[in-house]
Amino acid sequence: MKVEINGAAHDLADEATVADALAAIAAPEKGVAVAVDGLVVRRADWPSTRLAAGAAVEVLTAVQGG
Amino acid sequence: MDETLVVGGRKIGSRLITGTGGAANLEVLERALIASGTTLTTVAMRRIDAQTGTGVLDLLRRLGIEVLPNTAGCRTAAEAVLTARLAREALETDLVKLEVVADERTLLPDPIELLDAAEQLVDDGFTVLPYTNDDPVLARKLEQVGCAAVMPLGSPIGTGLGIRNPHNIEMIVAEAGVPVVLDAGIGTASEAAQAMELGCDAVLLATAVTRAADPERMAQAMRLAVEAGYAARHAGRIPRRYWAQASSPEID
Repeated sequence: MKVEINGAAHDLADEATVADALAAIAAPEKGVAVAVDGLVVRRADWPSTRLAAGAAVEVLTAVQGG
Repeated sequence: MDETLVVGGRKIGSRLITGTGGAANLEVLERALIASGTTLTTVAMRRIDAQTGTGVLDLLRRLGIEVLPNTAGCRTAAEAVLTARLAREALETDLVKLEVVADERTLLPDPIELLDAAEQLVDDGFTVLPYTNDDPVLARKLEQVGCAAVMPLGSPIGTGLGIRNPHNIEMIVAEAGVPVVLDAGIGTASEAAQAMELGCDAVLLATAVTRAADPERMAQAMRLAVEAGYAARHAGRIPRRYWAQASSPEID
């Protein structure tokens, strides 16, 4: 199925989870947070939260600013 | 007397909070942060980039500097609340520098969205440090909804115009029951000292240091200025007089 990760299209397995989406972009485990369709998914729930086709996944970290 | 700054029950080791925004690279940032003596620094939340990864966090961890995530770029309370929640998840801190700006040209806070976001985040357990206008009434309302500090601007972000309305800052200080942090607009050291002389508890700045020709040296200047202004404020300055008053004895 197709999902969008940080604005780019990715093809993931139909049963893919948030953890699989992070693996798809080789995101580090620490220092990142994930929102799916505008809602925060807690770290503990990454392996068990299934993505729906067309989901918009945002993976954020801290950058210089402010 | 313990003169350590306390925000939301948490001790802050330095009264200068140096932001990370605007530094040319991480090496320049590292030298500036060290020279500033800061123990707390701001970061922004953005999509992770494969090239930079979590570089700034790795640096701050190595330097032992605590992170204060901001909600820069947010225009509505809803955006700011989501960004704060993501920051808490990524950085494992309940501190947030709440920024909700009205437009790109002025980057001035939108007071209505700001107050709404502050209330939601306080209810959600955050320690909220709002970037606010130099408006004593708004500062009071932010304190009333439970913000741990108020952070009025001296002038718009990145302008280096200093403190345009010192009297408003004094009124905010006079009424506040939480720490007041002068945030934004500082251009040079005398303005940081002025903020402290007006009674602010701390100064938050980034651009003035990171975009100076010599960021490390300016960081040191800001550290000294904040210390000097704080000392002067608490030393009890002389009253202003209209006419001269000799400091040497009269000739007999």
